[in-house]
Amino acid sequence: MATSNPSVFLLSVNGQIEGANFPEYDNLYCKYSFVYGHDWAPTSGLEEGITQITCKGSESSHKLIWNFPLETTFKSTNPSGWPQLVVSVYGPDVFGNDVVRGYGATHIPFTPGQHTRTIPMFVPEPTWRLQKFTSWLLGRRPEYTDPKVVAQGEGREVTRVCSQGFVTVSFHIITKDMKKLGYDTGPASLVNTQSATSGWSTEEQPYTME
Amino acid sequence: MKERQSSEEDPGETLKRTLRAQRQRQKKRLLGHSSAQESHVEEISTIQHHSEDEGSAEKAGDSGALSRPPTGSQRSLSGRQHSASSQHLDSFVTRRLEETLRAARSKGESLQQQEASLEPASRLQSLRDRDAVTRFDKIDPDRAGRHDDPLALKTRVTFREAARRTEKGLPTAEEAYNFFTLNFELEPQDGTEKERKKRKKQKKTTEKDSDEEGGVEEQEAAEVDEDNPDENVDQSEAAPLVRDEEEDLFVIEQSSRDFLEVKKAEYVGYRKRIQQESELLFTPSFRTVPTTIKLPEHMKPRYLEDEGLYVGERPKISLTNENILENRILKIEEGKKWFGDDGRIMALPDPIKESSTRPPLFHMEEDLDPALHTVYRKAVKSKYANLYIAGATDPEGDYQLDVDVSGLIFSHHPLFSREHVLGARLAQLYDQYLTRQHNNLTGHLTDKLKGLRRALRNIHEIHGGESLNQAMQRRISEYSLEVRNTRQLRDSEQEKDRTLLKHIVKLWKELKALRDFQKFTNTPYKLSLRRENVDRTLDEQEYEDEILAELMELEAEIEADYQKKFAEYKKQLQDWKLCVRKQKTKKKKRKKKKKGKAQDETEEEDEYQDVSESEGPVEEGPPKPEPPEKPDFESIEQQVREKASRIRRKPGESILIPELSASGNLTASELCPRSETARREDVTRRSLFVKILYNDKEVSRTDSRSLNTDFRVHFGQIFNLRIVNCPQSINLQVFEEIGSSCYLLAQVFVPVPEPSVVADRVSLEEFEFSSNQRVMFDHEGVGSDVPLSFEADGSNKQTLLTSGKLSCRVYWGSGEDGVALAPPVSQQRGGLHSGLSRLDAVTFIGASGLYDMKKIGEWATRSRLDPNDPKNASIMQLLKVATSGEVTAPEYFRLEQLQEEFNFVTDEELERSKRFRLLTLRNQEVAEFRNYKCVPSLEREVTDKVFQEYEKRLKEGEVVDTKEHLDSHRALVAKYLQKIRESVINRFLLAKHHYILSDLVVEEEIPSIGILGLNLFKLAEPKRPLKPQRKARKKVTAQNLSDGDIKLLINIIRAYDIPIRRPQSNKPGQSSQCAIQGSDWLLSQVQVRPFVEVSFQRMVLQTTTADGPNPCWNEELQLPFSAPNGDYSAAVLQSVKDEVFINIFDEVVYETGVKDQDRAKSIHTRVEKHWLGSVKIPFSTIYSQSRIDGTFKVHTPAVLLGYSKERSYGTNGAYDTMRNLSEGAFITLFITIEPQLVPGESVREKFDSQEDERLLQASERFEREAAEGYPDRPCITTIIDLNGKTIFVTRYIRPLNPPKELLDASLDDPQETTALVARFVSLIPSLPDRVSFSGNCDLWSTCDQFLTLLAGDEEEHAVLLCNYFLFMGKKAWLIIGTAIPEGPTAYVLTFEQSRYLIWNPSSAQYYGQYDTFCPLQTIGCLVNADNVWFNIQEYTSPMTVSFDTTKANLWKPFFSRSFSHPGLSSVQPEQLVYRGTDKAAAAELQDRIEKILKEKIMEWRPRHPTRWNRYCTTTLKQFLPKLEVSGGQDMAEGHRHELQSLLGDNNISGFPLHMPFSEIRPIIEAVYSTGVHNVQASNVEFALAVYVHPYPNNVLSVWVYLASLVRT
Repeated sequence: MATSNPSVFLLSVNGQIEGANFPEYDNLYCKYSFVYGHDWAPTSGLEEGITQITCKGSESSHKLIWNFPLETTFKSTNPSGWPQLVVSVYGPDVFGNDVVRGYGATHIPFTPGQHTRTIPMFVPEPTWRLQKFTSWLLGRRPEYTDPKVVAQGEGREVTRVCSQGFVTVSFHIITKDMKKLGYDTGPASLVNTQSATSGWSTEEQPYTME
Repeated sequence: MKERQSSEEDPGETLKRTLRAQRQRQKKRLLGHSSAQESHVEEISTIQHHSEDEGSAEKAGDSGALSRPPTGSQRSLSGRQHSASSQHLDSFVTRRLEETLRAARSKGESLQQQEASLEPASRLQSLRDRDAVTRFDKIDPDRAGRHDDPLALKTRVTFREAARRTEKGLPTAEEAYNFFTLNFELEPQDGTEKERKKRKKQKKTTEKDSDEEGGVEEQEAAEVDEDNPDENVDQSEAAPLVRDEEEDLFVIEQSSRDFLEVKKAEYVGYRKRIQQESELLFTPSFRTVPTTIKLPEHMKPRYLEDEGLYVGERPKISLTNENILENRILKIEEGKKWFGDDGRIMALPDPIKESSTRPPLFHMEEDLDPALHTVYRKAVKSKYANLYIAGATDPEGDYQLDVDVSGLIFSHHPLFSREHVLGARLAQLYDQYLTRQHNNLTGHLTDKLKGLRRALRNIHEIHGGESLNQAMQRRISEYSLEVRNTRQLRDSEQEKDRTLLKHIVKLWKELKALRDFQKFTNTPYKLSLRRENVDRTLDEQEYEDEILAELMELEAEIEADYQKKFAEYKKQLQDWKLCVRKQKTKKKKRKKKKKGKAQDETEEEDEYQDVSESEGPVEEGPPKPEPPEKPDFESIEQQVREKASRIRRKPGESILIPELSASGNLTASELCPRSETARREDVTRRSLFVKILYNDKEVSRTDSRSLNTDFRVHFGQIFNLRIVNCPQSINLQVFEEIGSSCYLLAQVFVPVPEPSVVADRVSLEEFEFSSNQRVMFDHEGVGSDVPLSFEADGSNKQTLLTSGKLSCRVYWGSGEDGVALAPPVSQQRGGLHSGLSRLDAVTFIGASGLYDMKKIGEWATRSRLDPNDPKNASIMQLLKVATSGEVTAPEYFRLEQLQEEFNFVTDEELERSKRFRLLTLRNQEVAEFRNYKCVPSLEREVTDKVFQEYEKRLKEGEVVDTKEHLDSHRALVAKYLQKIRESVINRFLLAKHHYILSDLVVEEEIPSIGILGLNLFKLAEPKRPLKPQRKARKKVTAQNLSDGDIKLLINIIRAYDIPIRRPQSNKPGQSSQCAIQGSDWLLSQVQVRPFVEVSFQRMVLQTTTADGPNPCWNEELQLPFSAPNGDYSAAVLQSVKDEVFINIFDEVVYETGVKDQDRAKSIHTRVEKHWLGSVKIPFSTIYSQSRIDGTFKVHTPAVLLGYSKERSYGTNGAYDTMRNLSEGAFITLFITIEPQLVPGESVREKFDSQEDERLLQASERFEREAAEGYPDRPCITTIIDLNGKTIFVTRYIRPLNPPKELLDASLDDPQETTALVARFVSLIPSLPDRVSFSGNCDLWSTCDQFLTLLAGDEEEHAVLLCNYFLFMGKKAWLIIGTAIPEGPTAYVLTFEQSRYLIWNPSSAQYYGQYDTFCPLQTIGCLVNADNVWFNIQEYTSPMTVSFDTTKANLWKPFFSRSFSHPGLSSVQPEQLVYRGTDKAAAAELQDRIEKILKEKIMEWRPRHPTRWNRYCTTTLKQFLPKLEVSGGQDMAEGHRHELQSLLGDNNISGFPLHMPFSEIRPIIEAVYSTGVHNVQASNVEFALAVYVHPYPNNVLSVWVYLASLVRT
């Protein structure tokens, strides 16, 4: 499969959307999608997904738990356009209309290993106060044309948003061949150990293939 | 035998040599092979070994020669070899051996006697004895083979004899034993003798058959073994006893003679003892036991492994131990049962497994308390890791740093009162005084001066008056110089002392005055001046003496100075005179020349003076030197006295000694004014503490001590810091606490002490600190950083900052033995050194603050840094700089000072990088790379090919490629278009990055009441309406689409008025075909059997075949769509140029070759399809419309051979009335894309404009209102021209002249002219803007630009046509509306003969207002040169619209009375200039097209020959110009007749295609889509004719006549 001189590196993302903390809302579900640059291509796994609806637990923390697994592998030639995870949370409002409860994005961690990210969520604000009222009444809150907007910086200056809650995502990152291509994402102090024989590793290691 | 004997010259020596060599070799062999084989003679042994090796090699898989007794193999080998070969030889040898043995015995007996007599004599005897034992032991050397004792060889013969004897009668064990014991004495000689003989014998035999020989011997040996097992036991029992000696023995060079002499009698006892012992004791030998012993008699070892049975691996036992065990077992009775068939000890396979089978222990973990689980934590490298002192982990090796914070004194504090300020100053001055007093510099200098003077005087006295020699003189001058310097120094010191004293007194007076003034005392300072009376006379005397001495010295100095100066003066004068004289002589000479000779001397003198005066300045002679002034000694004395009185105590004046004490009483607070009380209260509220920071970490802090009235704080605390890290900095932070809040007052950095510094070596040091905090009070406190004046008028302001001194000391703690607990020097200073060595010392210190240069200097001098040590170079440099003046820290500030370090490659290299270039181009969104996916990660993987296209395009900017375009003009135009396109694209790319809220956020509009009501109404809507409508599907963004995801759905519903077949039976000579036609007469009843074939991107699908001219299919076809380069972005999708061809074919079934014999069974038919017409819809239209629904006119060829367009005047009358006005076939289609794609966003960038701002606003309002009121009606008021500027639409309308040729063509018939003009316009190729500009933007070019570009979309066509019509005097408008399939488009409306005609400018078709099949569906607005009217009628369809624009309730005008037309000038040129027709070029193009088409058709028929019917082609060629002239009017009848008369019995199907010329590609596509080339019949022939008709301005009309002929 791979030669000793790889031309792509692989980034394997495992993890889960663990849950969220939306103090005011309940019965939420979450959509996720990956946004990545031109040089990236998913090789396996789902790029987009939608979780089950979850209710708040009775315990004091009132966390919403999804534990929705993420498993995607990307291949790329260029770290530019590093994949981002875009999550958007939806749930019914008082009248039962499905409205958006938050958008958020985070980059997939660069370093191999386990990471936990807490993504602050936000929703776009209605332009006018009257609109705020009507949108509440009609259950048609302002939404982004494309949730992926939150993964880009362009054009965001025209929007106003309101922060909502948090979504917690845990990642297990494995990279392959990054070091071979000259990208060192490992922590600075870690000295590369050359012991393992497997190409996949949480520590970036040179790949040996028979 | 004798001969042989004689042939050996020195048998003893030879023997010895050979034996030694053999022994060594055998040793080696033993190691290597561990051969059990004993060999007696070298030759034999080698040979035997060889054979053994071979034998073992023969035994497959016998790697373990070690474990296998070689004898076995040997025996088998020899047995095998000798089986029958030489029994004769055998017997011969036996006989000979018998003889030799006999001889040897007799000899041996005599020797025995000899030996016995000699026995007790020698010390060697013991050895000898044991030797004998050995020999005895060696009786069976074959068996005890490992006893490769050379001596054994000698014993051999004896043994052999025994063997012989045993052959005769088997002796008992006892017998054998006796025999051996008796025999042993005589053996040595016997052995040698025998050996010698044996050697000879062997020599003889080895050449022949050494193997045999060995074999024989072996056999013999084996026999003995078998016969005398007891003997064997004995031997093995005895063997170890001699084992050690046997080798040593032979090392001693013994000849056979020696053996005889060394027997001694005393040793018999010993021998006996050994004998006895040997009976009792048994020491197992660790030599390999020959297999033969271990196995039952006459049994060969059997190797299970060789037989293919599995033998497990035996446990590992060292060979020695195994041998010992075997030997031991053999000793036991029935020991043999322990041996297996292979002669080895029986053993189970090794029970030890390689890997542990026991479950690993860590399963225990589950039982563990979860709290006890180990958690893996990655080791984190501390930032300070490298700063640890080596050995610091060792608890013994810790280091202790003691910080003693003694206290602090404020020299100024915000809470100081004025008195405090003065007091502090006084104290300061007093301190200074004390220090000076302590140093007593004045006294020192005075003493020195005295000494010097004395010395000087002495010199003078000793040498008094005598002439002083050189050295003395120099010394005197040196002394006097020294005196002078010292005096000056002393004077300055004295002056300082005096001024200091004065200051103190003055300050004290001020203080007192202040106290008086404020009527209270704040400070305890009290200055008392102690007077010390002096003896007045003595004092005066001293004073005078001093003055005198000084005076004298001064005089002397001045005198000397004067002398020096005077001497200088003289010299200068001399020079000057010389110079003047020279000039004079020169002058004189000149004078003489000029004037006469007779001249007076006086005159001359005058002259000289004149000259000297007048020429002095000219000649630049040196000025006359001034004589130095005579010193005025009077004034000197005056000066000296003045100075003395200034700086010195007056004679007789008492010496004043100030004494400052803090013993004064403070005024009690109650007596003080309120402000002072407030201050004092404030003071009491404050307290101070000091934090100790070690390496910037707080390690401790002192207790908080309140501030006293004297502003001194005593801490007196010592902190013992046990340190692990290297000391970097020790920082004391002084905090002031007011109530609960505290703030940092100042920081004091304390240098890290030298490792040698311990408590008793360092005294308290005072570190000054200050704070620039501004503090102001409303009470007596003076504050800090506040101007303060002590003068009454407020002048002479001072600004005092909080400052003070912290007294502390830092030292290393000392251990029990008094050794400083300090880390080693190298480490401690390491940081500093390394830092300095890496950086320039000055910049380094400059950067770090330079806070203590003095300290560094002190340290350097104190620690006696070796300036020559390169390690210290930077520090020395630093110190040099520091001491030589200001430290020149760099005064500039560098931005990006490390930029170069961060540049990982040079810019040039970056430029060269292909990958970088690719990334840059992609980022710039250059067309070729805009959506380039996966830029290779490595430079070398970026191929040059990637750039080829791009570079070619860049290059092509200049070069015009005519090949692709067939026409140079069009190539130029294409280039021009490309350029415009690029500029527009760039503009759009910019615009695309400007976002507005609605781009990002979907938000509900604020609902109006009406919409609210509508929404409410919607709630009542039935859930499942009876008449379902097509619902809008969810739109999909193009981002995550890939090939195969997009499908084109084409629903072919029905068609009308398909041309029907013309019965061909009325022709003569068509009998055969008639017959067929006749045969299926029923079939011929069917007028036509049409089916629809849809081809898109070369993918072809077809419907089923229907019947009749008005078929109904209602079939859905799905065509996959793939975007170019797999790029599904909106911009790319928009510019897809592919078209959907919907072709209607007639399916014709012919019966061919009906065979007579089985006529009834099989009928061979041939299906042919005949093209009837087509509709083409560009993909871009489908994409932008997202669905296309309607009835389209089918493009039918002007002539359709074999078919008639005659309407079937059938029964279905309802339609007929409506169809009357239009001609041709129609097809109803519904086309959409699955999934629905979001069409590209239109660009809203506001283009700059030259229009009036008011007009622009009005148009914006107009358009907005229109969009709000009637969202589905297109309304255009402003458009964008090719330069990207917004222009009002009416400026485009202006009467313009059509080409003159067209007007002249038919002067008499205006109808004809109109049609011709329309045709001309329609012949200009159409190119949608969104295709050319890839963004959804509408650019309008003016008519001249349009005619130059020869490409444009509907608007340009419509504008041009409208302008032509206006020129021709018609009433014409531009209709902005929507049509199928174009979508938003522009048509032209004319008013002729009291009826409105709607013109489709792209097809030159016109429709009446009430034409059902008019493609125009919606009318949005009308435009003419003066105004824009927006349709505000209820309906939009042309049929229902009234075109009376004057009615304001139907048409809303843009310019009205409120906003009148501002008189906009047209952007169109006044007149259009046309280029003439170029017939030659057209002819050339015609040929090229024909050639290309023919090639293509042949290419499409790879498996069939393509024959061209020239005759038919020429005929067709003649028709085409006629068709052009007739404008494609129905001429089929004439054609058919002509053709049929020409081509007789050919079945012709064919048609002419007509299209405007733009490029060759569309022509090819059109031809391909007709499918003419698909005719499979073997005898088919083709005819193809092309005709290009030139119109003015290079507009070309292309006709392609295609026909297929099937000979019947």
